[in-house]
This record gives sequence, structure tokens and C-alpha cells, in this order.
Amino acid sequence: MTREPVLTFTERGIYCPAGDFYIDPWRPVDRALITHGHADHARDGMGRYLATHAAGPVMRHRLGDIALETVAYGEVRRIGDASVSFHPAGHVPGSAQIRVEVGGEVWVASGDYKTTPDGLSEAFEPVRCHAFITESTFGLPVFKWKPQDEVVAEINEWWRTNREAGRTSFIGAYSLGKAQRVLASLDASIGPILTHGAVENTNAVMRAQGITLPDTVRVTPDLDAKAHAGAMVIAPPSALGSNWSRRFGAASTGFASGWMALRGIRRRRSGDRGFVMSDHADWDELNRAIAETGAERIFVTHGYTAIFARWLNEQGYDAAVVETEYEGESLDAEAEAEPSEANVSAEDEGKVDPNEAVATKPASKSKSPKKNKNTSGDAGE
Amino acid sequence: MKRFARLFTRLDQTTKTTAKVDALADYFGAAPEADRLWTIALLSGRRPRRGVTTTLLRRWAAERAGLPLWLFEESYPIVGDLAETIALILPDAQSESDESLAYWIGYTKELGPLPEEEKRVRVLAAWDRLGTTERFVFNKLITGGFRMGVSQKLMTRALARATGIDEAELSHRLMGDWSPDSTSFEALILTHDPSADLSKPYPFYLAYQLDDGPEGLSDPADWSAEHKWDGIRGQLILRGGRHFLWSRGEELMTDRFPELAAAGDFVPDGTVLDGEVLAWADEAPMSFNALQKRIGRKTVPKKLLTEAPVVLRAYDLLEHEGRDIRDRPFAERRALLQGMLSACPPEANLRLSPLLEFDDWDRLAALRETSRQLGAEGVMLKRLDSPYLSGRKKGDWWKWKVDPLTVDAVLIYAQQGSGRRANLFTDFTFAAWDGEDLVPFTKAYSGLTDAEFRQITAWVRRNTLQRFGPVRQVKPQHVFEIAFEGIQESPRHKSGIALRFPRMARWRHDKPLAEANTMDDLRALLAAYG
Ligand SMILES: [Zn+2]
Ligand SMILES: [Zn+2]
Repeated sequence: MTREPVLTFTERGIYCPAGDFYIDPWRPVDRALITHGHADHARDGMGRYLATHAAGPVMRHRLGDIALETVAYGEVRRIGDASVSFHPAGHVPGSAQIRVEVGGEVWVASGDYKTTPDGLSEAFEPVRCHAFITESTFGLPVFKWKPQDEVVAEINEWWRTNREAGRTSFIGAYSLGKAQRVLASLDASIGPILTHGAVENTNAVMRAQGITLPDTVRVTPDLDAKAHAGAMVIAPPSALGSNWSRRFGAASTGFASGWMALRGIRRRRSGDRGFVMSDHADWDELNRAIAETGAERIFVTHGYTAIFARWLNEQGYDAAVVETEYEGESLDAEAEAEPSEANVSAEDEGKVDPNEAVATKPASKSKSPKKNKNTSGDAGE
Repeated sequence: MKRFARLFTRLDQTTKTTAKVDALADYFGAAPEADRLWTIALLSGRRPRRGVTTTLLRRWAAERAGLPLWLFEESYPIVGDLAETIALILPDAQSESDESLAYWIGYTKELGPLPEEEKRVRVLAAWDRLGTTERFVFNKLITGGFRMGVSQKLMTRALARATGIDEAELSHRLMGDWSPDSTSFEALILTHDPSADLSKPYPFYLAYQLDDGPEGLSDPADWSAEHKWDGIRGQLILRGGRHFLWSRGEELMTDRFPELAAAGDFVPDGTVLDGEVLAWADEAPMSFNALQKRIGRKTVPKKLLTEAPVVLRAYDLLEHEGRDIRDRPFAERRALLQGMLSACPPEANLRLSPLLEFDDWDRLAALRETSRQLGAEGVMLKRLDSPYLSGRKKGDWWKWKVDPLTVDAVLIYAQQGSGRRANLFTDFTFAAWDGEDLVPFTKAYSGLTDAEFRQITAWVRRNTLQRFGPVRQVKPQHVFEIAFEGIQESPRHKSGIALRFPRMARWRHDKPLAEANTMDDLRALLAAYG
């Protein structure tokens, strides 16, 4: 008798036939297990949600009034014929790898993860399994993160220098996870810390669940920017360079992201500084994490999937790429799918909906572009 | 090297000109003389010869990192820079080096004649002693193409501040055919004898683009105008019985255009001309295509000399009877030039760039419209009383280009950029209608804002129909206005045409797919301007 796989990859997301549930689905389903609150993993429109206690508040904040049940890390739930449990993924506070066991066979869907502790997220925990579903956002050997205390020292040093020169320091960091991590690493004795509304809303949610963050001041339309010269301002990357940030006068801009390891990308952002700080595993972390699972089968979901899967195959794993709709660490506005909030105006957010301008329908004329016969040959020239 | 790596980091960490000049001036004030000279050399495009092929470097880097070569090769286009890819992929250094920049340049230069195995040992030893940024610099020294986001102008400004020498004077001293091996900081910068180097050119004066037409300029009577010729800017120097031809990029092109040796037989010694090198036949410029065959050839086969002969179309006189006359008014320089060239027969291979007669701006605008037919890119405006300045300075020289040609085309393929734009789709292929079909006819990479690139990237991800390696075929849905400077027949392309300098001028959200241009439209443009 051939056994059905523990997890399968469907058009709606990762599916468990034995338990009839999905993990991080991207289309509406009845029952969804969610690894963490980022918009590409926790989406709208599911019948029921299951996540960790620590991920719950952020999910409610982002998705509104949803049918959400939460569990503790390590607590085993029986769903149909499957046993499921959540284990720390070290990605953002509340993030989890989801372990699914059916008839003694164990699969782990890890969502997004990093193995180096960041001081805020529950530390990554290796889970032994037969099959491991991994991301590969930074799955290239050129990505090797420096020790985080070096990066933290760089950030504080930069802030201090700016403050002495009377400049405001802006750091672009996405509002769930990275922003709090930057915040927690700041030396609050240097000066006041201001936050963009989108960041501050997430801060409030996290503080309410008992996570300690330094004191911050929310930037509101009537805030006297001049009175805060030399402050540190943390905002989503999309808000930097917008009208929102201009009122602060002389400023220096930094971005905190794993992508800042590449000089080309650092320069494209045309910020003043790039700080290499990622919530995703680097090359060595990915390889070590996979080895520690003891898994023989590896599924690579997002990032440099083809390259990383080929590498894993050469290392003796049975690795395959699966197409998903997860995204890696985005520098841009798309990752910041924040709910619209009464106290943050659209202009304040400085946000562009990529769908809106693009969705112009082609004119329906008889010209059918399906037959553009000699097109493929030219593309690679 | 640590000091130089710190300078590199400081320059890299800012986009502000003043901060860059500060960093450089600090460096010039503190670094050892040999390092200063090498830094000036590197920042003005003079670099040591490549002693190791990049193929070997890639192989050794992959080996040292314990990675298969294919993985290195896959990573390289994503990083976009070979020196950086190597620096990132190598394991951490085992020890440190306190040696200077000049030491490491000497080290790379000595690699050249060594047998391969010896090169390998030395390169690996160097990598093991250098931190990530130093390694990056070291690799750049070997592979060449060192860009630090600092123009020569900026470097000169910093050097002027550090040495107290006038900036214009310095930029003159820095020109010409020197290398750190042939001179010293002392000799080149501090005690320079201008007569020592016959070949030394003057810094070029560069025009600003006139975007809104000349109406905002003063009285038309204050201005001189001529066509803007579409060739290679060149400075022809006749001194000491010899001739030298310099490009704007400060490259000596004398041997590439042997025709210009003839000038020395008709023009007196002690003359320096500024003008445009043009492929020339029947007393008219040939297409840029013809000139293109001559570019990049160090020596010219006989056949090309007859197929695409060149002349210098001169428009300014910088040195007359051995005297620098750049501070005299343009009108006066022009009169001297005219007198000199009117005495020259065609065999001199010099032609005077004719002046355009106009009394008012409307007349000039009409003359500008004839540019494309004459093989010119537009018109140049020069203030009659202006001196010949150096570098790009606003006010006295303006280029007023003809509007680019444009077509509306359909986006059909997209490819990710590299380096600066590694996580964006920036390389696009565009098509025009041919009956029911879309025929690709050009690629374009530039012209959109970063926000637009992000927007189209998100769209491409969701609307990919097929993948061909790194190329994605996307749903034909978006129309872009493609602007370009010229159009040529090209048997190499399926469409049969090739555009010159294509770029995305506008994203035509308003334009339905069916209203994009057709191949017939393109063929009509080819007939008119090809
Ligand atoms: Zn995430
Ligand atoms: Zn994700």
C-alpha cells in the first residue's frame, strides 16, 4: 500500500490530507495553521486559524476579528489523523515551525526562520523530522551575517554621530519584527526614539503581550519635528523619502535588512547606510538547520530555490523546489500589508498599492497575443 | 590597505558630495605619498595591468570556499560584481595585514609573469590576510574596472583642498599620459613642469542640456550656434612636430585615427583643436554606424580606412601659436580657428563646423529641426563672449538636442537586473504588432523610477506565462513609450531593426494594448531616419 504523503503542495497552500488542514495557505480554506503573522503567511479569509499564543495578538491586529485558536509551543494537538505541534522558528516573536506527524512519519514546515537568537523572538529549536520544508531567502553562499553585536554597535555609532551633527537618523525596517529588533538594540541613552504609526501599532500589540521594548514616541501629524532634532526614527522602508519623513529636516537614512550585504542593493536604495540585519537564516544557518533536522527529504519553498535545491541534492539530500506564494525579505512596500488604521492616514503611510496602478485591463480587440510566434527566440539574446 | 579600505567604505556609505570630498581630503592629508599617487591613479582610470584571469580567480575562490564552481557562477550575476562575489564567498581571513595600498598593488603587479601555480599560492595567501573590504579592493585591483562613485572632478576638488593647489591647475596636471610607475606624487602634483609633457591635453569643456528651449537665455545676438555632431569628441594637439588625439574620457586615440596625422602638414605647431571625430564621405558625415566600426580598434585595417575614413570637425581653438588662449572670448577663438582652417585643403582632414545663421530663437528652432537629416543630434549654443572653461559648467555652453524618436511598445519579456538592481525586474524586451503577432524589436533597461520598477516587478511575479532560464515571458498587458536616438537596419535582429539608446520614457497606463505601434510604423521610421 502506498501511503499518502504527510503534506502535499496544492494551489491553495501546503495541505495535510490526514488532518484536512492547510499550513500558511494563500487562498481561503476552512482550516489554516499559521507559522507567523507576516502578510505572506497569515492571510485573510480562512474559516478557522490555529497559531501560537505569542503570534495571536499580531494576527488579530492585522486580520481583525478572526476565528483564532492559539496553542503553546510544544503542545501537541490531534487534528484528524495527524498530530501537530508548534516549535520556535526564531524569525519574529511568536513565529513557529509546524511539526506534523502521521502514522510515525514526521514533516516540518518551517515558514521563515533564523537560528541566531535576536533577543526578542523565541530561539529557534531544531526539530527532528523525515521531511523538512525550508525557505531559501538568502540561500546563496555570499550571504553570511556578521555577529549581531557588531551591527548593533554600528547602528548606535551612526546614530550618535548623526545626533552630534544635528541630524535625525531614519531606519527603514518592516513593522513586524525587524522594527522591534532594531528598537531593542538601540542605546536609548543617545536620544529620543520616534516611530512611524505602522511600527508603533505593532509595538503596542507586543508590549501588551509582555514584550519589553524601549520607550518610543509615535510620530503624529502634529508632532513638532524640530523639537526632536537628532532623534532616531524607525519607519517602514516605504515611508522613507516620502513627505512623511521630510518634515524632520536634516537627516541620514539607513536600512536594516539582509539585502544590505550586497553593495549593489545598498546603493540602489540610495540611503546613507545599510545595516546587515536579517530575520532569515544566512547560508551557514540554512545548511546547519537542515542538517540538524536529520531529514532526508527537503522541499524548498521561496528564495533562491532552484540553486539551493541543486546544492542540497549534491550534498546527498533528496531536495525539490515547490512553488508557493511566500515572499522572502522584501525591501519594499509590498511586504508591508498593514491594515488601514484610523489614526494613520494613507499619506502618512507613504504606501503604494502595487495592484492598483497595474490592473488596467487590456483593450478587448480581436488581436490575440497568444500567437506571438517568434518571440521566445529573441528573449535571451 | 586598511586606510584605503576605510576610505572606500566612507565613500560607499554616503551619496552626499560634500561627505565624499571630506573623506578624500582626509585621506590625501594622511596617507603615505605612494598611496596618494595610486589613489589618484585609480580614481582617474589608471590601473595596473591584470595579472590573473578572472577564470582562474573564480576557480580559486570556489575551491578556497569549498564550493562547486557552478554555485559560484550562479551567485556572481546576483551579486553583480566579481570582486565582491569573491570577497563575500571566501572564509574569514586567518591573519591581518598592515601593508599599504602601494604594497598590495606591487603584489598584484608581480603576479603577471609567474606560473599559474605560483599565482594561485600568492592570491590565496593574500585572501587569507585581508578582511572583507580589503579583499574586495584587492580583487578590484586584479580585475580592473575600479569604480568608487567618485568622479575625477570630485577627486580633484579634494586634492586641491588637501594640497592648497588651484583646482583647475590640478586638473591640468592630472591629465595626460602618466602612471604611478613613471612619476611620483612630488613630481606630478607638487612640482609640475607643464612643458615636460607635449601630449598633455586641456580639460574638456562640457555643455549642459537645455531642456526648455533657449527663450530663457539672453538676447540671441549674444550667442553663436552650430549643429551638435554625432561622433567622438576629440582634442587634437599639434606640438613639437608631433600630433596627439585625446578622447573626452582622457584616452589617447592617436593611433586609431591615423588620418589626423595629416593635420600637422597644414596647421602650425603649437595648435590645439577641439572638435568631433566623424566618419566622413562626400563632404558629409556618415552614419554613426560607420564610425562605430572604428571605435575600439587599436589599429585600423586598410579596408576600414577607405570604408569609413574620418575627419575632425573642429569647433574651438584652445592653443594658438603655442599659447593657451582658453580665456579669450569664444568669438575671438572662433575667428582664429576659421582663419586657420579656411587655408587648409581637404587632405588636411580637418573641417570647420559651420555656424548657423539666426536672428531669433524661432529661426534657430527651425534649423534644429533639420538636425537629424544632417546626421546631427541637435544644436549647440555658445555664448560669444565666453572663455573655454573646464568640466561641465552651467551658463555658457548649451546643447539643445532634437526630441528623441518614440514608439509605444508592449512589454513581453522581463529579466532580473544585477548588482544595484538584483532583486528587481529591470531588463525588458518590447514588441510591436505585426498583424496579430507581437514581434520583439528592442530591449530597454532604464528610464523608470525605482517605485515604478518595484511596481512592475510585483506585476511580473504574478503574471509570468513561461520561463526561459532567467527570462520570464509575461502576459502582454502593459504599454511603454520607448524613446531612442536613432534607428538602423540590423540583419542580426529578427525584427530587422536596431534602436540607438532605447529607454523607457513613460509607462503608458492610459494606452490600451491594441494601440501600441506596429512593425509598419517602425519601418516607416527606418525609411525616414535610418
Ligand atoms: Zn516572515
Ligand atoms: Zn515569508
